[in-house]
Amino acid sequence: MRSAIAKYFDSYTDAAPLAVFRIGFGIMMLASIIRFWLNGWIEKLYILPEFHFSYYGFEWVKPLGDFTYLLFIICGLAALFVALGYKYRIAIIIFFLSFTYIELMDKTTYLNHYYFISILSFLMIFLPANAYFSIDAWKNLKRSFQKIPRWCIDSIKLLLGIVYFYAGLAKINSDWLFRAMPLKIWLPSKYDLPLVGDFMQQEWVAYAFSWSGMLYDLFIPFLLLWKRTRLFAFLMVIVFHVLTRVLFPIGMFPYIMIVSALIFFSPKVHHKILETISTWFRINRQRFDNSRLLFPNSKARKFLLSVVGAFFVIQLLFPWRYLMYPGELFWTEEGFRFSWRVMLMEKAGFAQFKIVDAETGKGFLVTNSDFLTPFQEKQMSFQPDFILEYAHFLADHFREQGHENIEVYVESYVGLNGRKSVPYISPDVNLLNFADSFERKTFILPFNDEIKGL
Amino acid sequence: MKRISSIILIATLIFTACSTGDDGSGNGGGNETDSFDRGAMLVNWADNIIIPAFSDFKTSTQQLEELTLAFTQDPSEENLVALRNEFENSYIEFQAVAMFDIGKAEEVGFRRFLNTYPLDAAAVEDKISSGSYNLELPSSFDEQGFPAMDYLLNDLGENDSEIVTKYSSENYSNYLVDVAQRINSLTSEVNASWQGDYRDNFVSNTSSSSTGSVDKLTNKFVMYYEAFLRSGKIGFPSGVFTGSPSPINVEAYYSKDLSKELYLEALESVTDFYNGNGSGDSYKQYLEFLDRGELASDISSQLTAIEAQASNLDASLRRQVETDNTKMLEAYDELQKGVVLFKLDMMQALSISIDYVDSDGD
Repeated sequence: MRSAIAKYFDSYTDAAPLAVFRIGFGIMMLASIIRFWLNGWIEKLYILPEFHFSYYGFEWVKPLGDFTYLLFIICGLAALFVALGYKYRIAIIIFFLSFTYIELMDKTTYLNHYYFISILSFLMIFLPANAYFSIDAWKNLKRSFQKIPRWCIDSIKLLLGIVYFYAGLAKINSDWLFRAMPLKIWLPSKYDLPLVGDFMQQEWVAYAFSWSGMLYDLFIPFLLLWKRTRLFAFLMVIVFHVLTRVLFPIGMFPYIMIVSALIFFSPKVHHKILETISTWFRINRQRFDNSRLLFPNSKARKFLLSVVGAFFVIQLLFPWRYLMYPGELFWTEEGFRFSWRVMLMEKAGFAQFKIVDAETGKGFLVTNSDFLTPFQEKQMSFQPDFILEYAHFLADHFREQGHENIEVYVESYVGLNGRKSVPYISPDVNLLNFADSFERKTFILPFNDEIKGL
Repeated sequence: MKRISSIILIATLIFTACSTGDDGSGNGGGNETDSFDRGAMLVNWADNIIIPAFSDFKTSTQQLEELTLAFTQDPSEENLVALRNEFENSYIEFQAVAMFDIGKAEEVGFRRFLNTYPLDAAAVEDKISSGSYNLELPSSFDEQGFPAMDYLLNDLGENDSEIVTKYSSENYSNYLVDVAQRINSLTSEVNASWQGDYRDNFVSNTSSSSTGSVDKLTNKFVMYYEAFLRSGKIGFPSGVFTGSPSPINVEAYYSKDLSKELYLEALESVTDFYNGNGSGDSYKQYLEFLDRGELASDISSQLTAIEAQASNLDASLRRQVETDNTKMLEAYDELQKGVVLFKLDMMQALSISIDYVDSDGD
């Protein structure tokens, strides 16, 4: 057993799949950054709002005013350098840092796939993605290798596998499978799609989509791994992601996943891709085919393997942290993020804050739109950590205005997966008595229903 | 071989998907799978609710302009009373169109020019005495429309004869005429657009995106309910947002007993729109189609509860605020429950997003 493991870590494979992955990743990221900019989202999401919701422990990460644009330029350039494989190591480090900084600026914009990009780029720091078909390898033949350790490519497959499989596990719950929620709400609103519009209004379609979505997520990593089902699985990947793209406002993510899934194919396929690129740009590809093996020295190797090993242990365990909290995960959202719960629930809220003078007992209501953008208000209204952070912000604001003995209360309602809205946060709790933390939030009212499953 | 096996697999999947579907709809019972016709809902909204309301309102603002001219040409108490009656009538009919801030109305700032209150009475007096002003400027929102007429017809003297004497001054007459004409011309413009091309544009735009008519008008409707019915008519005067009651924020502040009637009229318009006016489909039927009949009836009963609470209110909300503000706060609480039902539950059930932020989801 032990020798089998040792043998695995000593085995080598062709570097082409990782090179193709690097190129695809870099181009996709560059396109995402440009698209984000052109949509005016930098201004709308990071410049205009006067208040930003921070991740616990990252309160110091804030938008940089007009320099935020510079941050996006740096991130975009780093992505381009990654694609070219030029000064790869420093480029991917800069990409990871700038991209992650952007994501940490305001948690209103949290998306699982942004988190995926962040951790994937972190992993790529430790992979020799510039060993083959890169400017680095072209310029310095000493650093050009045609063969790399096999685990380097497998680690990306593993990460993709975790994302899919965990997303599938999260769908094993009674709302998703037996009430077809939230698809039963989302699909009928797509009534105007050509050809399938009427279809989307049928209840059985919501069930069929729910079940096949769950099965797809659970099994696709294995179908991609197994040679005999690989082509079929890849077709499924395309169909699935194109479908989600048509149905939901999901941005670049489907394309990123489709391109990423190419890594499962054999080196032969990747050499074909590189050959095509070579003819477009008249690159002498043979220069890279040196049959050299990349041998990291044992110290470096130990370091790489322990970092990557620790990374995967965290990835495997982190999504389960919700088990340490009592109560329904969908309701409290304690441990909801960073765990591949993708398009899993339809949740919306309404939160009316009241500022009270503790001495006189008099108070007044807050108009959220005075402080928050519609998007921020929407996200704040159903997530307890947002509600808490906003309450503290309001207290600071009104204290500055000269109000004294401030207490902040909220009357809030949340509707989850087609249930009628019910009170969410305890209305007679002064939110200023609580600071954000990883402890359970006792001011959340009980769910009074049950969602069975993982 | 590989190709063939994958084709077989896909075919099997499609087949099983379809056959489970047949079982599903067979057992579905009351849940008929006909699709809801949003196009028909838009037609009902346009032809049976919005267009008749604008057309009636237009007749009334025309009358308002004519009576204003009659009064200023011959300022008598009799003409003043006739004009004031028409003013009240018009203001009431305005409540039936105020929520349709879409198309031309949105473009010209219809609601803001016709009904921004509280009025800046001092600015109005300044402009009257200087005789130079431009009512088309956005900065003059709160110097015209119904609130200005409310002031000019009710507050220029202790009694009608005192008011009438003010109109011996040409400056007052001119301003009143300009205000009435502006109300009428803006209304004509919006009415004409509904009589013309806009109706077809509106009805045919059945897209489910945020630019589709259902999405847009639903956002307008819910926003009207929250910001204008709840906050404007009840919230601001009762002082819920500041902690101190503010009578000056009452709509039709200078009229004797008009404010509650305006409130009730607006509430009724909202209720009618929600119910589809008995002439076709609207939100209520849409929710029922989506299996959310319970929510539909909850909204209906909340609207009834709001109306019932209103019977405790004084005919003048200004007097209500000044004498017993708690009843105003009670009205606010009832309206607030409606906000939760409309803005949260109904929007969620219809899968319409509240804002126009077009960011990605996961």
